[in-house]
Amino acid sequence: MKLSNGKKVIIIALLIYLFLPLLGTLIYSISTKWQATLLPNGLTLKWYEQLFSDVRFVQAIQRSFLTSGLTCLLSLTVMIPTIFIMVVYYPKLEKVMKFVITLPFAMPGIVLAVGLIKLYSGDILPLTGTIWILVGAYFVLIMPFMYQGIRNAMRTVEVKTLMEAASLLGASDLKAFWYVIFPNLIKGVVVSTLLSFSMLFGEFVLANILAGGNYETIQVYLYTQKGSSGHFTSAIVISYFSFILLLSYVIIKIKKIVDPAGR
Amino acid sequence: MNKTKLKSKYLILMMLPFFILVIAFELLPALFIVINAFLDQASKLTLDNFKVALTDPFYLQGMKNSLLISISSSFVGIVISIISVQAIQSLTAKNAERVIMLSNMTANFAGVPLAFAFMILLGNNGVFTILMDRLGLGVFDTFNLYSGAGLTLVYVYFQVPLGILLMYPAFDGIKPQWKEAASNLGASTLAFWRHIGIPVLMPSIVATFSIMFANAMGAYATAYALTTSNYNLMSVRIGALISGDMFLNPNLASAVAMVLGALMFICNYTSERMTKRRGVNEIK
Repeated sequence: MKLSNGKKVIIIALLIYLFLPLLGTLIYSISTKWQATLLPNGLTLKWYEQLFSDVRFVQAIQRSFLTSGLTCLLSLTVMIPTIFIMVVYYPKLEKVMKFVITLPFAMPGIVLAVGLIKLYSGDILPLTGTIWILVGAYFVLIMPFMYQGIRNAMRTVEVKTLMEAASLLGASDLKAFWYVIFPNLIKGVVVSTLLSFSMLFGEFVLANILAGGNYETIQVYLYTQKGSSGHFTSAIVISYFSFILLLSYVIIKIKKIVDPAGR
Repeated sequence: MNKTKLKSKYLILMMLPFFILVIAFELLPALFIVINAFLDQASKLTLDNFKVALTDPFYLQGMKNSLLISISSSFVGIVISIISVQAIQSLTAKNAERVIMLSNMTANFAGVPLAFAFMILLGNNGVFTILMDRLGLGVFDTFNLYSGAGLTLVYVYFQVPLGILLMYPAFDGIKPQWKEAASNLGASTLAFWRHIGIPVLMPSIVATFSIMFANAMGAYATAYALTTSNYNLMSVRIGALISGDMFLNPNLASAVAMVLGALMFICNYTSERMTKRRGVNEIK
């Protein structure tokens, strides 16, 4: 099919629309001053130098890494065995599971925060302001995606058939899971884990309301710099986005290796 | 027999951490919202919270603004997505994949970073605002980023990649042969889309619209970063009631949260009903 000019214009316009804000922020972050002229007055890297020498920024990045990584790890260690047991031994549980994983869709972050803050600000379990409330809340946040990823991986691996084969060969269920099922699953779960990680890395609502300044993540740090120079905040935005971009590039590459036929 | 019993005990024990986490961080918070919504500050049963959430002019305005911004940004977003996907579809498979990949990448550009980028570029002292002013082009004279129109503009930006992501697979359902057949019968491109293309896509359009709508209704970070609590939205009201500087009222926040959840549920339910009904009549 021949590409008409109209369609070319549409696609180019779309890409400009999507990338102009990013490009503008990038230029702003490397300019000495950019006001009232078509191009900035001069180029500099001083905003990045200032940013990376800020201990608060480095610590916030570390916290975001720790929180997102810990949540993904927890999600994998808890959800893989649970879904495995459900699929192999208790298929009827899938209905309960469906409810549990659809509920977060009706509870956006701001709604979930209402229930959590009330529940964990009291004397019994004072979790607000710590990493633990974030890990718990994030576990729920990524649950639907992790569930889909793990469930799909189990479907492609054909868990039940593999288990029967392993048991015929004399392996115990535990051995079969650990040596046969688990290594086969990991490959299929990598993509949904990385997607969840990048989603959590960019999470602001719960981080701000439940932990705020007591446990400052990168997004909360960015927000507190609202009053700073626009060049400085641009440098944060671009640093943050470059990392996310790198992560999505890795995800796309891994997707191609894991599932070469898929889109 | 005993052995299987022991085994099932172990199995249930292994699933326990999952259910503990789900109960502690999902079901209990949800239950707490429902209970608290019916309690007053002194923990007595009341319907006052709902009365305020549904009749107080301030909260009604928040609801109106949320609905308006969500509907308009979803509408503009889906129109841009459909036009874009339609153009992307005519690219070669490899190039189409590249454009989709680029669009997916920008999907991560949302919330606080996005709000900041727009502030730097289109805020009162934004680069483009001043530039346009100096060039004598009064495009931004009446435009205010920190208003409803400004918020809608930013919302549309994060809705478009989502719309493209969701609509792209749907367009596979439109076979090139249909276009040929229609044009052989004398139909113009416009007529093809009006009578065949759009009706076939309708279930996907409705479903995508409802996801975009829910996405906008629940959005908090963008609006909060852009306007703090100055622009009245439902999500911003909830945030202010649980973590603002003054007038904390988690019970009222719970009621507003339930109303917000109900609105999202109604939208989702209607769209599901609509697509189901259409699904029956769909030409296979």
